[in-house]
Amino acid sequence: MVELTIDGTKIRTVEGTTVLEAAGEMGIVIPTLCYYPGLSPYGACRVCMVEVVKNNRSSLEASCTLPVEQGQVILTNSERVRKARKLIVELLLASCPNSKTLQDMASNMGINKIRFKIKDRGCILCGLCVRYCKEQMQSGGIGFIGRGTSRKVSTAFDVTPEECRNCGGCEWICPVCERACTAGNLIDGLCGGCQNLAPVETCPICTGCSESVGMQGHKVY
Amino acid sequence: MRLGSALESEQLRDRIISQRNSDRTCIITSVGTCGLARGAADVARAIYQTISDFNLKDSVDVRTTGCHGFCEIEPVVLIYPEGILYQHVTPADIPEIISESVIKKNVVERLLYHDFSTGKNIIHEQDIPFYNKQNRLILGNNRFIAPNNIDDYIALGGYSALVKALFEMTPQQVLDEVKESNLRGRGGGGFPTGVKWESCRNAPARDGIRYVICNADEGDPGAYMDRSLVEGNPHSIIEGMIIGAYAIDSHEGYVYIRHEYPLAAQNLAIALEQAREYGFLGEDILGSGFRFDIKITKGGGAFVCGESTALMASLEGRIGEPRFKHIHSTERGLYGRPSNLNNVETWANVPIIINRGAGWYRQIGTDGSKGTKIFSLVGKINNTGLVEVPMGISIREMIYDIGGGIPGGREFKAVQTGGPSGGCIPKSLVDISVDFDRLAKVGSMMGSGGMIVMDEGTCMVDVAKYFISFLTEESCGKCIPCREGLDRMLDILTDITEGRGKEEDVELLEELGDVMQETSLCGLGSTAANPVLSTIRYFRDEYDAHIKEKRCPAGVCKELITFTIDGEKCNGCRVCARECPQGAISGEKKEVHHIDQEKCIKCGLCRDNCKFDAVTVS
Ligand SMILES: Cc1cc2nc3c(=O)[nH]c(=O)nc-3n(C[C@H](O)[C@H](O)[C@H](O)COP(=O)(O)O)c2cc1C
Ligand code: SF4
Ligand code: SF4
Ligand code: FES
Repeated sequence: MVELTIDGTKIRTVEGTTVLEAAGEMGIVIPTLCYYPGLSPYGACRVCMVEVVKNNRSSLEASCTLPVEQGQVILTNSERVRKARKLIVELLLASCPNSKTLQDMASNMGINKIRFKIKDRGCILCGLCVRYCKEQMQSGGIGFIGRGTSRKVSTAFDVTPEECRNCGGCEWICPVCERACTAGNLIDGLCGGCQNLAPVETCPICTGCSESVGMQGHKVY
Repeated sequence: MRLGSALESEQLRDRIISQRNSDRTCIITSVGTCGLARGAADVARAIYQTISDFNLKDSVDVRTTGCHGFCEIEPVVLIYPEGILYQHVTPADIPEIISESVIKKNVVERLLYHDFSTGKNIIHEQDIPFYNKQNRLILGNNRFIAPNNIDDYIALGGYSALVKALFEMTPQQVLDEVKESNLRGRGGGGFPTGVKWESCRNAPARDGIRYVICNADEGDPGAYMDRSLVEGNPHSIIEGMIIGAYAIDSHEGYVYIRHEYPLAAQNLAIALEQAREYGFLGEDILGSGFRFDIKITKGGGAFVCGESTALMASLEGRIGEPRFKHIHSTERGLYGRPSNLNNVETWANVPIIINRGAGWYRQIGTDGSKGTKIFSLVGKINNTGLVEVPMGISIREMIYDIGGGIPGGREFKAVQTGGPSGGCIPKSLVDISVDFDRLAKVGSMMGSGGMIVMDEGTCMVDVAKYFISFLTEESCGKCIPCREGLDRMLDILTDITEGRGKEEDVELLEELGDVMQETSLCGLGSTAANPVLSTIRYFRDEYDAHIKEKRCPAGVCKELITFTIDGEKCNGCRVCARECPQGAISGEKKEVHHIDQEKCIKCGLCRDNCKFDAVTVS
């Protein structure tokens, strides 16, 4: 067993647990995108960043890949964490404005402007589909090709591969395909509709808001 | 012949040395990749040919070696034992060199190095300012070694450090020696080498397998110190790796070499074969009972493959992309086994430390950075080339004493250190000393040792844009802050240089840069903002001029400049009109010419070709 402190509260947990899981055990929600229980951690989206305090210094680490350590001190919601997370989600939205998951996340974090050029890439390259296919379906029909901004998820020769079992899991797990934001006409890359962030007059017709955040409104990360 | 003991290896060395006569003339020429590019192969051929024409085969040695570092004056011919240096040699010069210098012992004045600062010719290599401020601990032997001849290396004391380690020291003592030397990794991070070795050795190895790896992926544009070492002195790296393996208790090694380095890979392969033949590699090395061998793997061709976890993935045959590092490679690296990765230059330091001792080594350098470092000095500087200097030397000494200053009498403006993700250091900091910590403090880094000198004609926003565009291409694309962050950073910089910059852009760049630094998955992303952050820090006024006044002070950014012809100076020679690819310049002979701004594409050819400086940029 290891003992660590998360947001001021001490917790004991088994070795090998990640900070994200340990925080989850305490009911602390850390936003994630490329993490999924049961799939191997990947550490690519960087929205799960937390602050790790060590000898008067602190650094940001991705909690989904960070193993717990004896005596670790973690802050999941410090000023520094929130600032970094917001900018990352802003970047994500600029590259994938039509994801409802992202739009909700942006609302929850109080992002009200996308300052970067919008370039809809239709995929955030979180790799969930790739790992799902490989690790859950033992298929491995899809993978990444290219690098940098040309990186994309693809199948060999762009045709449905023989290994594909037509399970549809890749679509189901995708934070972009599965819950496309249907609000349309985004303002500065944001729909803002679900959370009524934008003034009501300018809120585009919005669907499915209550479905994702529930009647009680949104939780603030 | 396989050597079976320490004694036999010492006897071999004695035999090699006794067969060599140090008074005998030796003609040395370098045929590294850079020399070859300037025609060194023809020079070498001419030397062999002339020697046989003059019937000197029995009295003169010829040695073709790797790079000597002074690229500017290649092809170079050295005459030993006198130490005479001839520069820019062509095959036609060889008969004269041999009849004058070798036979009559005269000096061929016209081929000597000319020192512009004193106006004098310099005869001896060691008197050339480029060399005499250096401390060529590692690179210096290149000129005495034909890389395909292990005997040259042995004659210089090669593999004696290995003998010392294997027979006089325990692995723990070797480890302690390296730790005590304070050697820090030369691949960029500056991590203490001994500490890394220790954690690898102490990491539990399930099946007893540990790996030792050499990083020869060198992907920084314009940097080639690792290439020169592998090409010119491969045995120093091999010896370092064997010693490291002995300390770490590893029996398998890899050299991961960039695929654009065919000559280096070839020389290394020959060297490995020769080392095996003598029994420095393989089973029961020198009868010590220690076993170790090295394989070569060619790189995956991407800059990011030089990153440690990406390199290991690529070695295993997977896509070279970084993974999170909370589990250290020293514990679970290549094939899930404890693995110790070091840079080429780091490995080359090891035999020296073992031979001379940590105490001696520690005398060189500053408190936090010991030993020497090889830099590739390029850009707007008179003497370009590889320079090896003691840590702690000032940037001023490097640029003015070794580098010979800025060409064309122009002003020095800034120096970019540390490769594409290093930072720019302004003229006002020219007296800071070059070491790991000092460079980091001013917002740059040591990196692998790139040093690009810039003069007053350089636009710093344009420089930042150049490096960001390189890094955008090279980002593996796995994590968001690096992939999207770099892409948007490039958008913003492009806007600024094309006159679409907005007041808030600088703050946004800073905010984005900070977040990239803090949150990227690997070193590429976390250092990528350096060129932008450092230029904002030191050259904020240039950003402001671009954004607020839509003006490029250095006259570089095309969208922000106009070329005009000064009527006072133009004498209507028509040269510019002929050169202009757009036909944008009109005017009768002997009358003042005009540039049609609609047609002008701002290529600058008119300015470059006008003999009367009549074309002005504003
Ligand atoms: C993007 C990136 C590229 C790198 N490229 C190289 C390289 O070409 N050569 C190298 O030795 N180290 C390179 N490194 C550093 C390595 O990750 C690693 O730190 C180094 O090889 C360790 O050796 P050292 O401790 O001897 O410096 C690179 C790091 C990053 C993040
Ligand atoms: S397609 Fe969807 S699940 Fe797959 S990487 Fe892209 S965003 Fe992630
Ligand atoms: S920082 Fe850049 S290069 Fe490194 S993992 Fe992320 S995207 Fe790839
Ligand atoms: S959830 Fe941790 S990096 Fe994506």
